[in-house]
Amino acid sequence: MRQLVQNLSDQIGKETFALICFLAFLFLAFSSLTPRFLTAANLSSMAFQLPVLGILTLAMLAPILSGGLNLAIIFTANLSGLTLAWTLLQAGGPDAGILAFVIGVAAALAVGAAAGLVMGLAVAYTGAHPILVSLAMMIFLRGLGEFLTRGGDISGFPEFVGTIGHGSLFLIPIPMIIFTLVALAWHLMLVSTKHGFSVYMIGSNLNASEYSGIPTKKTLTLIYTFSGVLCGIAGILMVSRFNSVRVGHGEALLLVTVLACFLGGIDPFGGFGKVMPVVIALIILQVLSSGLNLLGANQHLSTAVWGLFLILVMVIRHVINQLRNYLARRE
Amino acid sequence: MTTDPEWVLSLENVSKNFGGVKALTKVSFRVKPGEVHCLAGENGCGKSTLIKIITGVYTPSSGAKLNILGKEIEHITPALAREMGISVIWQDLALFPHMSVAENISFDEVVGFWPKLVRTESFKPKVEAILKRLNVEMDLDEPIKDLPIAQRQIVAIARALMGNAKLIFMDEPTSSLTQSETKMLMRIVQKLSEDGVAVVFVSHRLAEVLAISSQVTVLRDGHLVGVFPTEGMTQTKLAELMTNLTLVNEVTATPDIDTESILEIENLSRENEFQNVSLNIKKGEIVGLTGLIGAGRTELAHALIGMTKPTSGTIRLGGKEVNFSSIRDAILEGIAYVSEDRLSLGLIQPQSITDNIVTTVLNRILTFMGFVSTKKKESMVNYWIKELAIRIGEPSDAVSTLSGGNQQRVVLAKWLATEPQLMILDNPTVGVDVGARAGIFRIVKSLAEQGMGILLISDEVHEVHFNSDRVLVMTNGEINLEHNPLEHSVEQLESIVYA
Repeated sequence: MRQLVQNLSDQIGKETFALICFLAFLFLAFSSLTPRFLTAANLSSMAFQLPVLGILTLAMLAPILSGGLNLAIIFTANLSGLTLAWTLLQAGGPDAGILAFVIGVAAALAVGAAAGLVMGLAVAYTGAHPILVSLAMMIFLRGLGEFLTRGGDISGFPEFVGTIGHGSLFLIPIPMIIFTLVALAWHLMLVSTKHGFSVYMIGSNLNASEYSGIPTKKTLTLIYTFSGVLCGIAGILMVSRFNSVRVGHGEALLLVTVLACFLGGIDPFGGFGKVMPVVIALIILQVLSSGLNLLGANQHLSTAVWGLFLILVMVIRHVINQLRNYLARRE
Repeated sequence: MTTDPEWVLSLENVSKNFGGVKALTKVSFRVKPGEVHCLAGENGCGKSTLIKIITGVYTPSSGAKLNILGKEIEHITPALAREMGISVIWQDLALFPHMSVAENISFDEVVGFWPKLVRTESFKPKVEAILKRLNVEMDLDEPIKDLPIAQRQIVAIARALMGNAKLIFMDEPTSSLTQSETKMLMRIVQKLSEDGVAVVFVSHRLAEVLAISSQVTVLRDGHLVGVFPTEGMTQTKLAELMTNLTLVNEVTATPDIDTESILEIENLSRENEFQNVSLNIKKGEIVGLTGLIGAGRTELAHALIGMTKPTSGTIRLGGKEVNFSSIRDAILEGIAYVSEDRLSLGLIQPQSITDNIVTTVLNRILTFMGFVSTKKKESMVNYWIKELAIRIGEPSDAVSTLSGGNQQRVVLAKWLATEPQLMILDNPTVGVDVGARAGIFRIVKSLAEQGMGILLISDEVHEVHFNSDRVLVMTNGEINLEHNPLEHSVEQLESIVYA
């Protein structure tokens, strides 16, 4: 048994293993506290809620790995959603056909990519700090979006759009399928492509990467462009989940994505971190929130618990590091 | 001062371990008031550890005795060290670039635990008095960033004096100064010494150090070798004390290399950096390039690899004129550049040995689908680790865990993997100890024998003399002399460079 645990922990990394253990603990705790936790209804509801935050978190992940940040993710997603909504409305609103939807999706992804591209170019070629660049982009997109919508909601889409947000395929919620595919693609990109390799190297030392012949400017531009594309996907998913678009929708998720990255062991200074632990961290956050909700806790209280939990994780990590150093010194 | 203690600083029995590494073993170190003392030793001999213990950054192992101005100190902290009059001027000077001269000099008076309102004006008379004492004139309101490095150094010294320093450590103070600036610094040090302020030089520029200091303490591998008067000490003798090697300095130059040229530079210039540089490197030839820091050597290298654009002149590589717009272009054409700054440019320190070796050759380790192949990556890394005899734990360890010499081998590996035809080595032995240096030069020599052209840039005259086929001397951005190691002695080269 002990051997098995050791093997598992070696295979997937100590950090991931610890997160999985904690997730299992949460599952057990909530199942024993409320009979409604381990039910198909609750599990599927979690699987429907997680993907939007999940994809947005992945959009935040690569910029952080490269030593930056993308603060514009929410409004990029909003603008992409808006693009899709606008296309659908042009094609007749509730009567719009599948072709209009396909065009709308393509346009939405293009808008996301464009927003990312502009940020990437600014970061790569002017050397401006990503926080400033993405903050400026965020304010620009918000202003633009509010101007276009006059601050209101846009709704009235064909029924099949809702199917993407609420339907299931072989009992698996469609948003979950999309999220899984995106996460796998993201994992593959970071672990085994030239681009992914460059992201990690740039995150550790931009100048040394350039001296080694890594195309740093191209890589930085791509990082933000890809991040924008993911925001586009998240935006489309939000349209289909909520059946409406409003600029500012999901604003509260911005900082949660950053924290989910850190909870998943991404180095805040860049260069280190993987997709898998971040996904598990996301599931933990979702379980915490749904579980507390089932126990009758207030929605806001569960947000507070997220924050508290993250602080706790930082402290535990620090203590473990101290212990490890202490043990190493005694050897 | 009422009682003049014999020693301004006296240390005994100082040891310090880092993990299993013994950085210092029972070292003692003493400085008399007003003395100019040199602390000499190879990189990693424990010089910086010793300074950090004296200034309270590190705590020594038990049994150490520290005595400042005749007072036993139990536990020294950085603040206490400063209060007792011990001050360190680090190589980077630790000044605040956007603050004025006066603000920088009076900085330590200003900061404290409690915030307080400060008017820099109120410190000005004292600052002026100190500058006058040093016999220098300076605009007190000028921001530090607008000053040349030599002036900044004076600001750092003045800042130490503002805190009533009795002992000033200077870490490699002359390494970035020109000849005349160095002379000015020497004059100031002389002045300090006459005023009773002791100065400890930490430097590897042996000639300068021997000229100004009266005593030299030599450390080697964390042990005290001894304290010697500088009178009658020669550079070679000092170097031998530092390394414990009888320096078999054998010229390795190959006479009359008669192969085709790899690199031909004609009248290359870049404004304010170098002018009308012409040089030629043949296949299998090692060309040394030396000169004082600031002579334009690294700048020339940067232009060769496409980091900067020359304003005029031509570069031909293998007979073909090249005009690189990025270092990537240069790599593709077969140029490798080993940076002098291994810490921040040569290697990506926190990342693994494996990843550092393959950064330059990602295209060679892809699968047919375009993904990075773990198998190809591993076999490439294993090949180079074996080929260059790099001593490591695991290839997945961070490169920062390696010693200087082994890090430099990783740098060589990552560049050799690109199969270059020309290798530019910029101070390749910085931070590499003597034994490992010989190993690195053996690798370089064998590369030349296989036909690679090599440009060896170095501060150290000995290094270029003994390891190059011919040596070019650069002064103020121009190459004005060629030296043949087979015909002339290293002393001749030395007198030219330091003239």
